[in-house]
Amino acid sequence: MNIPEPSPAAPTKIVVRDLNFYYGKFQALKSINLDIPERHVTAFIGPSGCGKSTLLRTFNRMFELYPEQRAEGSILLDGENLLTSKQDVALIRARIGMLFQKPTPFPMSIFDNIAFGVKLFENLSRIDLEERVEWALRKAALWDEVKDKLSQNGTSLSGGQQQRLCIARGIAIKPELLLLDEPCSALDPISTARIEELIAELKKDYTVIIVTHNMQQAARVSDHTAYMYLGELIEFGETEQMFLKPARRETEDYITGRFG
Amino acid sequence: MKGDRKTTRNARFARRKQFNRIAIALSMCAMLFGMFWLAWILWETISIGVSSLSLSLLTENTPPPDDAIGAGGLSNAIKGSFLMVALATFVGTPIGILTGVYLAEYDPRGKLSGTVRFINDLLLSAPSIIIGLFVYAVIVVRFKEFSGWAGAAALALIVVPIVIRTTENMLALVPAGLREAAYALGAPKWKVITRVTLVAARAGVLTGILLAVARISGETAPLLFTALNNQFWNASLSGPLANLPVTILQFAMSPYENWQQLAWGGVFLITFAVLGLNILARMLSREKLK
Repeated sequence: MNIPEPSPAAPTKIVVRDLNFYYGKFQALKSINLDIPERHVTAFIGPSGCGKSTLLRTFNRMFELYPEQRAEGSILLDGENLLTSKQDVALIRARIGMLFQKPTPFPMSIFDNIAFGVKLFENLSRIDLEERVEWALRKAALWDEVKDKLSQNGTSLSGGQQQRLCIARGIAIKPELLLLDEPCSALDPISTARIEELIAELKKDYTVIIVTHNMQQAARVSDHTAYMYLGELIEFGETEQMFLKPARRETEDYITGRFG
Repeated sequence: MKGDRKTTRNARFARRKQFNRIAIALSMCAMLFGMFWLAWILWETISIGVSSLSLSLLTENTPPPDDAIGAGGLSNAIKGSFLMVALATFVGTPIGILTGVYLAEYDPRGKLSGTVRFINDLLLSAPSIIIGLFVYAVIVVRFKEFSGWAGAAALALIVVPIVIRTTENMLALVPAGLREAAYALGAPKWKVITRVTLVAARAGVLTGILLAVARISGETAPLLFTALNNQFWNASLSGPLANLPVTILQFAMSPYENWQQLAWGGVFLITFAVLGLNILARMLSREKLK
Protein backbone atom coordinates (compact mmCIF):
# COMPACT_ATOMS: atom_id res chain seq x y z
CA MET A 1 0.00 0.00 0.00
CA ASN A 2 1.26 3.42 -0.86
CA ILE A 3 2.33 5.64 1.99
CA PRO A 4 0.24 8.78 1.60
CA GLU A 5 1.52 12.25 0.95
CA PRO A 6 3.72 13.41 3.78
CA SER A 7 1.76 15.89 5.77
CA PRO A 8 2.71 19.53 5.90
CA ALA A 9 4.58 21.65 8.35
CA ALA A 10 2.41 21.07 11.46
CA PRO A 11 3.74 18.51 13.96
CA THR A 12 2.08 15.13 13.77
CA LYS A 13 -0.39 14.17 16.52
CA ILE A 14 -1.40 10.75 15.37
CA VAL A 15 0.51 8.26 13.26
CA VAL A 16 -1.43 5.33 11.86
CA ARG A 17 0.58 2.46 10.46
CA ASP A 18 -0.63 -0.71 8.78
CA LEU A 19 -3.99 -0.59 10.50
CA ASN A 20 -6.33 -3.47 9.71
CA PHE A 21 -9.75 -3.74 11.25
CA TYR A 22 -12.18 -6.64 11.37
CA TYR A 23 -15.87 -7.02 12.16
CA GLY A 24 -15.75 -10.76 12.82
CA LYS A 25 -14.41 -12.15 9.56
CA PHE A 26 -15.14 -9.04 7.50
CA GLN A 27 -12.17 -6.76 6.99
CA ALA A 28 -13.36 -3.18 7.20
CA LEU A 29 -10.01 -1.37 7.10
CA LYS A 30 -7.16 -2.45 4.89
CA SER A 31 -3.64 -1.45 5.81
CA ILE A 32 -4.30 2.19 6.60
CA ASN A 33 -1.33 4.58 6.87
CA LEU A 34 -2.03 8.12 7.89
CA ASP A 35 -0.38 11.07 9.67
CA ILE A 36 -2.74 13.47 11.37
CA PRO A 37 -1.33 16.93 12.10
CA GLU A 38 -1.73 18.62 15.45
CA ARG A 39 -4.17 21.53 15.97
CA HIS A 40 -5.70 21.12 12.56
CA VAL A 41 -8.99 19.75 11.34
CA THR A 42 -8.75 16.51 9.42
CA ALA A 43 -11.84 15.25 7.58
CA PHE A 44 -12.57 11.67 6.58
CA ILE A 45 -14.86 11.46 3.57
CA GLY A 46 -16.12 8.63 1.40
CA PRO A 47 -19.30 6.75 0.53
CA SER A 48 -21.28 4.83 3.17
CA GLY A 49 -19.50 1.72 4.36
CA CYS A 50 -16.05 2.93 3.32
CA GLY A 51 -14.71 2.60 6.85
CA LYS A 52 -14.39 6.26 7.83
CA SER A 53 -16.37 5.92 11.07
CA THR A 54 -14.65 2.62 11.81
CA LEU A 55 -11.29 4.34 11.52
CA LEU A 56 -12.42 7.14 13.82
CA ARG A 57 -13.60 4.67 16.42
CA THR A 58 -10.24 2.94 16.60
CA PHE A 59 -8.63 6.12 17.95
CA ASN A 60 -10.34 5.79 21.34
CA ARG A 61 -10.69 2.01 21.16
CA MET A 62 -14.46 2.35 21.17
CA PHE A 63 -14.65 -0.90 19.18
CA GLU A 64 -13.55 -2.80 22.30
CA LEU A 65 -17.09 -2.58 23.63
CA TYR A 66 -18.01 -5.15 21.01
CA PRO A 67 -16.23 -8.49 21.39
CA GLU A 68 -16.34 -9.47 17.71
CA GLN A 69 -14.46 -6.35 16.56
CA ARG A 70 -10.67 -6.13 16.56
CA ALA A 71 -7.87 -3.95 15.21
CA GLU A 72 -4.32 -4.83 14.18
CA GLY A 73 -1.46 -2.48 13.48
CA SER A 74 -0.47 0.64 15.33
CA ILE A 75 -1.97 4.00 16.18
CA LEU A 76 0.58 6.27 17.79
CA LEU A 77 -0.77 9.18 19.82
CA ASP A 78 2.23 11.36 20.63
CA GLY A 79 4.41 8.34 19.96
CA GLU A 80 2.56 5.91 22.22
CA ASN A 81 0.82 2.99 20.56
CA LEU A 82 -2.82 3.14 21.68
CA LEU A 83 -3.60 -0.36 20.53
CA THR A 84 -0.97 -2.10 22.65
CA SER A 85 -0.82 0.46 25.42
CA LYS A 86 -0.53 -0.95 28.91
CA GLN A 87 -2.50 2.06 30.02
CA ASP A 88 -6.05 1.58 31.10
CA VAL A 89 -8.35 2.32 28.18
CA ALA A 90 -10.21 4.80 30.40
CA LEU A 91 -7.04 6.90 30.73
CA ILE A 92 -6.65 6.96 26.96
CA ARG A 93 -10.27 7.96 26.49
CA ALA A 94 -9.84 10.75 29.01
CA ARG A 95 -7.41 12.37 26.57
CA ILE A 96 -9.86 12.09 23.69
CA GLY A 97 -13.27 13.72 23.36
CA MET A 98 -15.90 12.23 21.09
CA LEU A 99 -19.09 13.49 19.50
CA PHE A 100 -21.67 11.27 17.87
CA GLN A 101 -24.14 11.50 15.01
CA LYS A 102 -27.11 11.92 17.26
CA PRO A 103 -26.79 14.15 20.32
CA THR A 104 -26.32 12.00 23.43
CA PRO A 105 -27.14 14.12 26.48
CA PHE A 106 -27.05 12.03 29.66
CA PRO A 107 -30.28 11.78 31.65
CA MET A 108 -29.14 14.36 34.21
CA SER A 109 -28.96 18.13 34.59
CA ILE A 110 -27.07 20.31 32.12
CA PHE A 111 -24.50 21.04 34.82
CA ASP A 112 -24.04 17.38 35.71
CA ASN A 113 -23.77 16.42 32.05
CA ILE A 114 -20.55 18.38 31.92
CA ALA A 115 -19.39 17.73 35.46
CA PHE A 116 -19.78 13.96 34.97
CA GLY A 117 -16.68 13.59 32.80
CA VAL A 118 -14.65 16.12 34.78
CA LYS A 119 -15.29 14.40 38.10
CA LEU A 120 -14.08 11.08 36.71
CA PHE A 121 -10.46 12.17 36.69
CA GLU A 122 -10.22 15.40 38.64
CA ASN A 123 -11.05 16.25 42.21
CA LEU A 124 -12.16 19.86 41.91
CA SER A 125 -13.71 22.08 44.53
CA ARG A 126 -17.27 23.15 43.89
CA ILE A 127 -16.14 26.58 42.73
CA ASP A 128 -13.50 25.21 40.39
CA LEU A 129 -16.02 22.76 39.01
CA GLU A 130 -18.55 25.53 38.38
CA GLU A 131 -15.83 27.52 36.67
CA ARG A 132 -14.92 24.59 34.46
CA VAL A 133 -18.55 24.00 33.48
CA GLU A 134 -18.98 27.64 32.56
CA TRP A 135 -15.70 27.62 30.61
CA ALA A 136 -16.76 24.55 28.62
CA LEU A 137 -20.22 25.92 27.92
CA ARG A 138 -18.75 29.23 26.76
CA LYS A 139 -16.31 27.39 24.53
CA ALA A 140 -19.18 25.45 23.03
CA ALA A 141 -21.15 28.69 22.49
CA LEU A 142 -23.97 27.48 24.67
CA TRP A 143 -23.45 29.44 27.90
CA ASP A 144 -25.76 32.35 27.12
CA GLU A 145 -28.60 30.02 26.25
CA VAL A 146 -28.41 27.80 29.33
CA LYS A 147 -26.82 29.84 32.10
CA ASP A 148 -30.18 30.32 33.83
CA LYS A 149 -31.24 26.69 33.63
CA LEU A 150 -28.19 24.65 34.50
CA SER A 151 -30.26 22.43 36.76
CA GLN A 152 -32.68 21.49 33.98
CA ASN A 153 -32.40 18.11 32.36
CA GLY A 154 -30.00 17.99 29.41
CA THR A 155 -32.63 16.22 27.33
CA SER A 156 -34.91 19.27 27.52
CA LEU A 157 -32.69 21.22 25.10
CA SER A 158 -33.20 21.41 21.34
CA GLY A 159 -31.22 19.10 19.07
CA GLY A 160 -28.64 21.70 18.14
CA GLN A 161 -28.24 22.78 21.76
CA GLN A 162 -27.89 19.14 22.82
CA GLN A 163 -25.10 18.66 20.32
CA ARG A 164 -23.29 21.74 21.62
CA LEU A 165 -23.83 20.44 25.17
CA CYS A 166 -22.08 17.25 24.06
CA ILE A 167 -19.22 19.32 22.63
CA ALA A 168 -18.96 21.16 25.94
CA ARG A 169 -18.93 17.82 27.75
CA GLY A 170 -16.20 16.60 25.43
CA ILE A 171 -13.92 19.59 25.90
CA ALA A 172 -14.57 20.00 29.62
CA ILE A 173 -12.25 17.06 30.26
CA LYS A 174 -9.53 19.05 28.45
CA PRO A 175 -8.72 16.42 25.87
CA GLU A 176 -5.95 16.67 23.28
CA LEU A 177 -7.99 15.19 20.50
CA LEU A 178 -11.61 15.61 19.44
CA LEU A 179 -13.32 12.94 17.37
CA LEU A 180 -16.47 14.07 15.59
CA ASP A 181 -18.55 11.33 13.99
CA GLU A 182 -20.91 13.07 11.54
CA PRO A 183 -21.78 15.63 14.21
CA CYS A 184 -24.21 17.60 12.06
CA SER A 185 -26.12 14.89 10.24
CA ALA A 186 -29.10 15.18 12.61
CA LEU A 187 -29.09 18.98 12.74
CA ASP A 188 -30.78 21.75 10.79
CA PRO A 189 -28.69 24.19 8.68
CA ILE A 190 -28.53 26.90 11.33
CA SER A 191 -27.35 24.56 14.05
CA THR A 192 -24.92 23.04 11.55
CA ALA A 193 -23.43 26.44 10.81
CA ARG A 194 -22.95 27.09 14.53
CA ILE A 195 -21.18 23.78 15.02
CA GLU A 196 -18.95 24.46 12.02
CA GLU A 197 -17.98 27.87 13.41
CA LEU A 198 -17.21 26.14 16.65
CA ILE A 199 -14.97 23.59 14.94
CA ALA A 200 -12.95 26.42 13.38
CA GLU A 201 -12.61 27.91 16.87
CA LEU A 202 -11.68 24.62 18.54
CA LYS A 203 -8.80 23.77 16.25
CA LYS A 204 -6.76 26.51 17.91
CA ASP A 205 -6.48 24.27 20.97
CA TYR A 206 -7.30 20.78 19.82
CA THR A 207 -6.57 18.32 17.11
CA VAL A 208 -9.92 17.68 15.47
CA ILE A 209 -10.93 14.75 13.29
CA ILE A 210 -14.33 14.87 11.64
CA VAL A 211 -16.14 12.18 9.72
CA THR A 212 -18.67 13.60 7.32
CA HIS A 213 -20.95 12.58 4.50
CA ASN A 214 -21.16 16.11 3.37
CA MET A 215 -18.34 17.10 1.01
CA GLN A 216 -19.13 20.80 1.23
CA GLN A 217 -18.77 20.52 4.97
CA ALA A 218 -15.38 18.83 4.62
CA ALA A 219 -14.32 21.58 2.24
CA ARG A 220 -15.55 24.27 4.64
CA VAL A 221 -14.15 23.09 7.94
CA SER A 222 -11.08 20.94 7.30
CA ASP A 223 -7.44 21.61 6.61
CA HIS A 224 -6.72 18.08 5.47
CA THR A 225 -8.96 15.51 3.91
CA ALA A 226 -8.73 11.75 3.64
CA TYR A 227 -10.79 10.03 0.99
CA MET A 228 -11.62 6.42 1.77
CA TYR A 229 -13.26 3.75 -0.32
CA LEU A 230 -14.03 0.12 0.55
CA GLY A 231 -11.79 0.14 3.59
CA GLU A 232 -8.82 1.67 1.85
CA LEU A 233 -7.34 5.11 2.14
CA ILE A 234 -7.35 6.32 -1.45
CA GLU A 235 -5.95 9.79 -1.01
CA PHE A 236 -4.87 12.08 1.79
CA GLY A 237 -3.74 15.65 1.47
CA GLU A 238 -4.54 19.30 2.01
CA THR A 239 -8.21 19.93 1.60
CA GLU A 240 -7.86 22.66 -0.99
CA GLN A 241 -5.54 20.52 -3.05
CA MET A 242 -7.92 17.54 -2.79
CA PHE A 243 -10.95 19.43 -3.92
CA LEU A 244 -9.29 21.47 -6.66
CA LYS A 245 -6.76 19.02 -8.04
CA PRO A 246 -7.12 15.52 -6.65
CA ALA A 247 -4.19 13.28 -7.44
CA ARG A 248 -6.24 10.16 -7.98
CA ARG A 249 -8.96 9.52 -10.47
CA GLU A 250 -11.19 7.77 -7.87
CA THR A 251 -11.10 10.83 -5.64
CA GLU A 252 -12.05 13.10 -8.48
CA ASP A 253 -14.97 10.87 -9.43
CA TYR A 254 -16.29 10.98 -5.90
CA ILE A 255 -15.77 14.68 -5.34
CA THR A 256 -17.36 15.68 -8.62
CA GLY A 257 -20.34 13.50 -7.83
CA ARG A 258 -19.82 11.04 -10.64
CA PHE A 259 -19.95 8.34 -8.07
CA GLY A 260 -20.90 7.72 -4.46
CA MET B 1 -58.17 2.78 -23.67
CA LYS B 2 -57.35 5.41 -21.13
CA GLY B 3 -60.92 5.35 -19.78
CA ASP B 4 -60.66 1.58 -19.34
CA ARG B 5 -57.65 1.87 -17.14
CA LYS B 6 -59.42 4.47 -15.07
CA THR B 7 -62.45 2.23 -14.52
CA THR B 8 -60.31 -0.71 -13.40
CA ARG B 9 -58.42 1.52 -11.07
CA ASN B 10 -61.65 2.84 -9.56
CA ALA B 11 -62.97 -0.69 -9.20
CA ARG B 12 -59.83 -1.80 -7.42
CA PHE B 13 -60.00 1.22 -5.16
CA ALA B 14 -63.63 0.51 -4.32
CA ARG B 15 -62.75 -3.09 -3.46
CA ARG B 16 -59.91 -1.97 -1.27
CA LYS B 17 -62.20 0.42 0.57
CA GLN B 18 -64.75 -2.34 1.04
CA PHE B 19 -62.08 -4.64 2.41
CA ASN B 20 -60.90 -1.92 4.75
CA ARG B 21 -64.43 -1.49 6.08
CA ILE B 22 -64.77 -5.22 6.77
CA ALA B 23 -61.41 -5.32 8.54
CA ILE B 24 -62.36 -2.40 10.74
CA ALA B 25 -65.72 -3.97 11.58
CA LEU B 26 -64.09 -7.28 12.51
CA SER B 27 -61.48 -5.74 14.76
CA MET B 28 -64.14 -3.58 16.42
CA CYS B 29 -66.16 -6.72 17.16
CA ALA B 30 -63.12 -8.42 18.67
CA MET B 31 -62.41 -5.38 20.80
CA LEU B 32 -66.03 -5.11 21.98
CA PHE B 33 -66.05 -8.82 22.87
CA GLY B 34 -62.98 -8.37 25.04
CA MET B 35 -64.14 -5.12 26.59
CA PHE B 36 -67.56 -6.57 27.35
CA TRP B 37 -66.19 -9.12 29.82
CA LEU B 38 -63.80 -6.65 31.37
CA ALA B 39 -66.60 -4.14 31.84
CA TRP B 40 -68.83 -6.84 33.29
CA ILE B 41 -66.19 -7.90 35.80
CA LEU B 42 -65.65 -4.31 36.85
CA TRP B 43 -69.39 -3.69 37.07
CA GLU B 44 -70.02 -6.77 39.25
CA THR B 45 -67.07 -5.88 41.46
CA ILE B 46 -68.27 -2.35 41.93
CA SER B 47 -71.98 -3.01 42.32
CA ILE B 48 -71.61 -5.84 44.83
CA GLY B 49 -68.37 -4.73 46.45
CA VAL B 50 -69.41 -1.16 47.03
CA SER B 51 -72.21 -2.16 49.40
CA SER B 52 -69.72 -3.89 51.71
CA LEU B 53 -67.45 -0.87 51.80
CA SER B 54 -67.35 0.74 55.18
CA LEU B 55 -64.82 1.95 57.66
CA SER B 56 -65.05 -1.33 59.54
CA LEU B 57 -63.83 -3.14 56.43
CA LEU B 58 -60.46 -1.51 56.98
CA THR B 59 -60.36 -1.41 60.76
CA GLU B 60 -61.89 -4.67 62.03
CA ASN B 61 -60.51 -8.18 61.80
CA THR B 62 -62.22 -11.02 59.98
CA PRO B 63 -65.32 -12.08 61.99
CA PRO B 64 -66.56 -15.54 62.85
CA PRO B 65 -69.18 -16.90 60.47
CA ASP B 66 -72.15 -15.44 62.26
CA ASP B 67 -74.23 -12.55 61.04
CA ALA B 68 -75.35 -11.69 64.54
CA ILE B 69 -71.86 -10.63 65.62
CA GLY B 70 -71.67 -7.73 63.19
CA ALA B 71 -70.06 -6.88 59.94
CA GLY B 72 -66.40 -7.30 60.82
CA GLY B 73 -63.69 -6.34 58.37
CA LEU B 74 -60.57 -7.41 56.53
CA SER B 75 -58.03 -5.45 58.52
CA ASN B 76 -55.83 -8.46 59.35
CA ALA B 77 -55.95 -9.71 55.76
CA ILE B 78 -55.09 -6.31 54.34
CA LYS B 79 -52.18 -5.87 56.72
CA GLY B 80 -50.90 -9.39 56.07
CA SER B 81 -51.11 -9.00 52.30
CA PHE B 82 -49.41 -5.64 52.45
CA LEU B 83 -46.61 -7.03 54.61
CA MET B 84 -45.92 -9.99 52.34
CA VAL B 85 -46.15 -8.01 49.11
CA ALA B 86 -43.82 -5.34 50.49
CA LEU B 87 -41.32 -7.90 51.71
CA ALA B 88 -41.41 -9.85 48.44
CA THR B 89 -40.91 -6.67 46.42
CA PHE B 90 -38.13 -5.51 48.73
CA VAL B 91 -36.26 -8.79 48.32
CA GLY B 92 -37.13 -9.62 44.72
CA THR B 93 -36.53 -6.22 43.13
CA PRO B 94 -32.77 -5.84 43.78
CA ILE B 95 -32.12 -9.41 42.68
CA GLY B 96 -34.16 -8.83 39.54
CA ILE B 97 -32.51 -5.51 38.68
CA LEU B 98 -28.98 -6.80 39.26
CA THR B 99 -29.63 -9.87 37.12
CA GLY B 100 -31.20 -7.72 34.41
CA VAL B 101 -28.14 -5.46 34.45
CA TYR B 102 -25.87 -8.47 34.11
CA LEU B 103 -27.84 -9.78 31.13
CA ALA B 104 -28.05 -6.45 29.32
CA GLU B 105 -24.74 -4.80 30.16
CA TYR B 106 -22.14 -7.36 31.19
CA ASP B 107 -22.71 -10.37 29.03
CA PRO B 108 -25.50 -9.75 26.51
CA ARG B 109 -24.45 -12.50 24.11
CA GLY B 110 -22.69 -14.96 26.40
CA LYS B 111 -23.50 -18.59 27.07
CA LEU B 112 -24.30 -18.01 30.73
CA SER B 113 -26.67 -15.21 29.80
CA GLY B 114 -28.43 -17.44 27.30
CA THR B 115 -28.94 -20.07 29.98
CA VAL B 116 -30.12 -17.56 32.56
CA ARG B 117 -32.53 -16.06 30.05
CA PHE B 118 -33.95 -19.48 29.23
CA ILE B 119 -34.44 -20.43 32.87
CA ASN B 120 -35.92 -17.02 33.57
CA ASP B 121 -38.45 -17.51 30.79
CA LEU B 122 -39.41 -20.82 32.36
CA LEU B 123 -39.86 -19.16 35.76
CA LEU B 124 -41.82 -16.35 34.17
CA SER B 125 -44.34 -18.74 32.68
CA ALA B 126 -44.36 -21.28 35.52
CA PRO B 127 -47.85 -21.64 37.02
CA SER B 128 -47.81 -19.90 40.39
CA ILE B 129 -49.17 -23.00 42.10
CA ILE B 130 -45.92 -24.77 41.29
CA ILE B 131 -43.96 -21.99 42.93
CA GLY B 132 -46.24 -22.31 45.96
CA LEU B 133 -45.62 -26.06 46.12
CA PHE B 134 -41.87 -25.53 45.79
CA VAL B 135 -41.79 -23.13 48.73
CA TYR B 136 -44.06 -25.50 50.67
CA ALA B 137 -41.58 -28.33 50.16
CA VAL B 138 -38.50 -26.27 50.90
CA ILE B 139 -39.64 -24.01 53.74
CA VAL B 140 -42.99 -25.04 55.18
CA VAL B 141 -42.19 -28.75 55.43
CA ARG B 142 -38.75 -28.07 56.87
CA PHE B 143 -39.98 -25.72 59.60
CA LYS B 144 -43.19 -27.66 60.05
CA GLU B 145 -45.30 -24.53 60.01
CA PHE B 146 -47.11 -22.33 57.53
CA SER B 147 -45.65 -18.85 57.76
CA GLY B 148 -45.66 -15.32 56.43
CA TRP B 149 -41.99 -15.75 55.60
CA ALA B 150 -42.82 -18.64 53.31
CA GLY B 151 -45.60 -16.59 51.69
CA ALA B 152 -43.27 -13.68 51.05
CA ALA B 153 -40.64 -16.05 49.63
CA ALA B 154 -43.15 -17.51 47.17
CA LEU B 155 -44.24 -14.04 46.07
CA ALA B 156 -40.60 -12.92 45.73
CA LEU B 157 -39.99 -15.88 43.40
CA ILE B 158 -42.72 -14.46 41.17
CA VAL B 159 -41.34 -10.92 41.32
CA VAL B 160 -37.76 -11.84 40.33
CA PRO B 161 -38.35 -13.09 36.77
CA ILE B 162 -40.70 -10.21 35.93
CA VAL B 163 -38.20 -7.61 37.09
CA ILE B 164 -35.30 -9.39 35.35
CA ARG B 165 -37.17 -9.40 32.08
CA THR B 166 -38.33 -5.78 32.15
CA THR B 167 -34.96 -4.48 33.38
CA GLU B 168 -33.10 -6.28 30.62
CA ASN B 169 -35.53 -5.16 27.94
CA MET B 170 -35.52 -1.55 29.08
CA LEU B 171 -31.71 -1.42 29.24
CA ALA B 172 -31.54 -2.91 25.75
CA LEU B 173 -33.69 0.00 24.55
CA VAL B 174 -31.14 2.57 25.72
CA PRO B 175 -29.47 3.83 22.53
CA ALA B 176 -25.94 2.48 22.02
CA GLY B 177 -24.77 6.06 21.42
CA LEU B 178 -25.58 7.07 24.99
CA ARG B 179 -23.57 4.18 26.38
CA GLU B 180 -20.67 4.87 24.01
CA ALA B 181 -20.70 8.58 24.88
CA ALA B 182 -20.25 7.73 28.55
CA TYR B 183 -17.44 5.27 27.82
CA ALA B 184 -15.83 7.82 25.49
CA LEU B 185 -15.31 10.11 28.48
CA GLY B 186 -13.34 7.34 30.16
CA ALA B 187 -16.07 6.34 32.60
CA PRO B 188 -15.76 2.91 34.23
CA LYS B 189 -18.46 0.39 33.50
CA TRP B 190 -20.21 0.53 36.87
CA LYS B 191 -20.48 4.29 36.59
CA VAL B 192 -21.86 4.13 33.06
CA ILE B 193 -24.52 1.72 34.30
CA THR B 194 -25.50 3.45 37.54
CA ARG B 195 -25.31 7.05 36.32
CA VAL B 196 -26.34 6.79 32.68
CA THR B 197 -28.01 3.64 31.34
CA LEU B 198 -30.05 2.65 34.40
CA VAL B 199 -31.15 6.26 34.84
CA ALA B 200 -32.15 6.48 31.19
CA ALA B 201 -34.19 3.29 31.61
CA ARG B 202 -35.58 4.11 35.07
CA ALA B 203 -39.18 4.74 34.03
CA GLY B 204 -39.33 1.37 32.28
CA VAL B 205 -37.66 -0.45 35.15
CA LEU B 206 -40.04 1.15 37.64
CA THR B 207 -42.99 0.18 35.47
CA GLY B 208 -41.79 -3.41 35.59
CA ILE B 209 -41.62 -3.32 39.38
CA LEU B 210 -45.12 -1.88 39.65
CA LEU B 211 -46.51 -4.52 37.32
CA ALA B 212 -44.81 -7.19 39.42
CA VAL B 213 -46.42 -5.73 42.56
CA ALA B 214 -49.79 -5.70 40.82
CA ARG B 215 -49.30 -9.30 39.81
CA ILE B 216 -48.40 -10.64 43.25
CA SER B 217 -51.00 -8.68 45.16
CA GLY B 218 -53.69 -10.88 43.63
CA GLU B 219 -51.85 -14.21 43.65
CA THR B 220 -53.72 -16.86 45.63
CA ALA B 221 -52.18 -20.20 44.72
CA PRO B 222 -48.67 -19.60 46.08
CA LEU B 223 -50.11 -18.41 49.41
CA LEU B 224 -52.37 -21.43 49.90
CA PHE B 225 -49.38 -23.63 50.63
CA THR B 226 -47.24 -21.09 52.39
CA ALA B 227 -48.84 -18.33 54.44
CA LEU B 228 -52.15 -20.18 54.52
CA ASN B 229 -54.49 -17.82 56.34
CA ASN B 230 -55.30 -16.59 59.79
CA GLN B 231 -58.55 -15.53 61.38
CA PHE B 232 -56.65 -13.13 63.61
CA TRP B 233 -53.99 -10.54 63.26
CA ASN B 234 -50.55 -11.75 64.16
CA ALA B 235 -47.69 -9.36 63.65
CA SER B 236 -45.21 -12.25 63.55
CA LEU B 237 -44.29 -13.58 60.14
CA SER B 238 -43.27 -16.96 61.52
CA GLY B 239 -46.81 -18.24 61.81
CA PRO B 240 -49.76 -18.50 59.41
CA LEU B 241 -50.52 -15.00 58.18
CA ALA B 242 -53.86 -13.55 57.13
CA ASN B 243 -53.98 -12.29 53.55
CA LEU B 244 -56.58 -10.98 51.12
CA PRO B 245 -56.52 -13.53 48.28
CA VAL B 246 -56.90 -16.62 50.48
CA THR B 247 -59.46 -14.87 52.69
CA ILE B 248 -61.49 -14.06 49.58
CA LEU B 249 -61.27 -17.67 48.43
CA GLN B 250 -62.33 -18.99 51.81
CA PHE B 251 -65.10 -16.47 52.42
CA ALA B 252 -66.57 -16.56 48.94
CA MET B 253 -66.84 -20.36 49.04
CA SER B 254 -68.51 -20.31 52.46
CA PRO B 255 -72.27 -20.53 52.99
CA TYR B 256 -72.27 -17.56 55.40
CA GLU B 257 -73.78 -14.32 54.21
CA ASN B 258 -71.46 -11.95 56.14
CA TRP B 259 -68.35 -13.79 54.90
CA GLN B 260 -69.56 -13.63 51.30
CA GLN B 261 -70.19 -9.94 51.65
CA LEU B 262 -66.66 -9.40 52.99
CA ALA B 263 -65.20 -11.45 50.13
CA TRP B 264 -66.74 -9.00 47.68
CA GLY B 265 -65.31 -6.12 49.65
CA GLY B 266 -61.88 -7.74 49.33
CA VAL B 267 -62.33 -8.28 45.61
CA PHE B 268 -63.20 -4.62 45.26
CA LEU B 269 -60.10 -3.54 47.17
CA ILE B 270 -57.71 -5.75 45.20
CA THR B 271 -59.23 -4.87 41.83
CA PHE B 272 -58.87 -1.18 42.42
CA ALA B 273 -55.42 -1.44 43.95
CA VAL B 274 -54.25 -3.37 40.86
CA LEU B 275 -56.05 -0.94 38.56
CA GLY B 276 -54.35 1.97 40.35
CA LEU B 277 -50.93 0.33 40.05
CA ASN B 278 -51.46 -0.25 36.33
CA ILE B 279 -52.51 3.34 35.76
CA LEU B 280 -49.43 4.51 37.68
CA ALA B 281 -47.24 2.24 35.55
CA ARG B 282 -48.82 3.67 32.41
CA MET B 283 -48.22 7.21 33.51
CA LEU B 284 -44.59 6.41 34.25
CA SER B 285 -43.96 4.80 30.88
CA ARG B 286 -45.59 7.75 29.15
CA GLU B 287 -43.25 10.06 31.06
CA LYS B 288 -40.36 8.10 29.55
CA LEU B 289 -41.47 8.83 26.00
CA LYS B 290 -41.39 12.56 26.58
